[in-house]
Amino acid sequence: MAVYKQSYRRYEGPLTPPWSRFLIIPRYAYQRVFDSRFLIFFFVTCFIGPAVCAVIIYLRHNSGALEMFNISLAKLLKVDGRFFFEFISAQGWMGFLLTAFVGPGLISRDLANNALPLYFCRPFSRAEYVIGKMSVLAILLSLITWIPGLLLFAFNASLEGTAWLWENLWLAGGLFLGSWIWIVTLSLLALALSAWVKWRLAAGALLFGVFFAAAGFGQAINEILDTKSGDLINLSKVIQTIWRGLFRQPLKDGVSPFSAWEVVITLSAVCLLLLAKKVRAYQVERS
Amino acid sequence: MDTKSVIELKGLEVRFGDRVILKSLSGSFSGRSIGLLGPNGAGKSTLINTLMGFYEPSGGTARIFGYDIRRRIREVRRLVGYMPENESFIAGMSAVAFVCFMAELAGLPHEAALERAHEALFYVGLGEARYRKLEEYSLGMKQLAKLAQAIVHGPRLLFLDEPTNGLDPPARQRMIRLIRGIREDGRLHLVLCSHLLRDVEETCEEVLILKDGSIVQYCNLEEERKLNRKFLEVETDGDNAAFAEEARGLGCECALARNRAIKMVLPDQVEIRDLYRLAAQRGVHLRRLNYKRDSLEDIFLKAMENGRGSL
Repeated sequence: MAVYKQSYRRYEGPLTPPWSRFLIIPRYAYQRVFDSRFLIFFFVTCFIGPAVCAVIIYLRHNSGALEMFNISLAKLLKVDGRFFFEFISAQGWMGFLLTAFVGPGLISRDLANNALPLYFCRPFSRAEYVIGKMSVLAILLSLITWIPGLLLFAFNASLEGTAWLWENLWLAGGLFLGSWIWIVTLSLLALALSAWVKWRLAAGALLFGVFFAAAGFGQAINEILDTKSGDLINLSKVIQTIWRGLFRQPLKDGVSPFSAWEVVITLSAVCLLLLAKKVRAYQVERS
Repeated sequence: MDTKSVIELKGLEVRFGDRVILKSLSGSFSGRSIGLLGPNGAGKSTLINTLMGFYEPSGGTARIFGYDIRRRIREVRRLVGYMPENESFIAGMSAVAFVCFMAELAGLPHEAALERAHEALFYVGLGEARYRKLEEYSLGMKQLAKLAQAIVHGPRLLFLDEPTNGLDPPARQRMIRLIRGIREDGRLHLVLCSHLLRDVEETCEEVLILKDGSIVQYCNLEEERKLNRKFLEVETDGDNAAFAEEARGLGCECALARNRAIKMVLPDQVEIRDLYRLAAQRGVHLRRLNYKRDSLEDIFLKAMENGRGSL
């Protein structure tokens, strides 16, 4: 096919449906993300947890293998709410680290290179841009959280039988909902920081700061004021509280489930507001 | 709705806080290539950015190919290509990936986008460098890549915001040639925003001059020049005063200038060949005959002096 055509010609061919165009962003983003060998290695590492869980499920249903490896059934985790709570906690943290590597560069690079007008001069809205950037993280995080979680659930159901499946269907709902709450919160936070902190490393550091420094600060508030309100700015505790509720695990002192939901919703709204302020073709100085 | 208009402004006003940047602009523009001129801060880029939907008008509206920018901005953007003023690119991409990405965002399927990305890069002269990362490009090459992304999806209207910014003379010439080529191809309209009169003069047929957020002049450069063909400066090798007297007999208004030239204004029925005929009949040799072509600079300076103008 000849590509050397030295004249301008209009495009008259078919167009892709507008709703699908946000997916172009992750497709191109992954080409760059997976240029990094470290990231590929880390991403593969994220599947160790689900693999271990799959082995546990397999061993629980295979007495021959238990005997061969000389493992007592009692020592193995029972596949129940706690099992999936531990699974989502571990994968959630892996997701956090993955977000800290991938997230900070998503918008900051575009801002640093004045690329936003190039997106928005096309039939492509700011909302589609944010959804596109979010989906870069959402797809990656889905691959290590709810997708393997549901596969494990299905694996266990296939070994246990349909009675277990119907009795424990709420676990699948918990996995799906719990993962998506984490994915949305984490993605919005990473994007908001990426939009406001142009330097990628600083945005990454700030993401760690939001989790660890805020947790420390919250602990200090608790100690000084002899209260538990400081836990509200400890995002780790907040999300754990939500997950505990979803997987019917005993709640710990501190954040109530209602307050935890409030914190997550407020944080997401603030992040959206920050994104709305910053994700524009051009910033206007109003005097 | 004037369907022939490319751009139609209807009391378009843009404010940033208390500052009024565009003051109730109105007019209908249908030229194939329009130069947007004005001093710094006149509102040229703001006008383009508002037409692209980047800024919300505080009053009035505008239509591009009949689509209202307030209500149908997606349709407007489908028909428009935009080359921003500043250095703009997506980091970590080769030129071909970048232009293909931009085409896909405009709605082209991947295969068509890739094919057209190659074509656009060849068209702007980056064919051999199309697999290089954009970060490695010189400023001139980045400008060409920006032009390629602006035309890759085949727009009907192209906005070029200071396309020769920061280019050295050969690169500027190359850019001007390309823009002229696009114009002469005749398949799209272009609006070129620049503070460089030469760029506009070399590429545009019409010019829209802004000053302090208002339109002070909109004219067709060629027609403006034609009008001025009636103003002549004539020098003979003999008695200028006698020749002026003869010319007055034809109905010309004449004045003798200090440099011994005769300045004339020809009435409508008199053509330049009538003067040649008169000179031949009287045995006068015309040493010099210039019709005064108004340069864009003249038009621009006049517009600046006149201040607020209207269409």
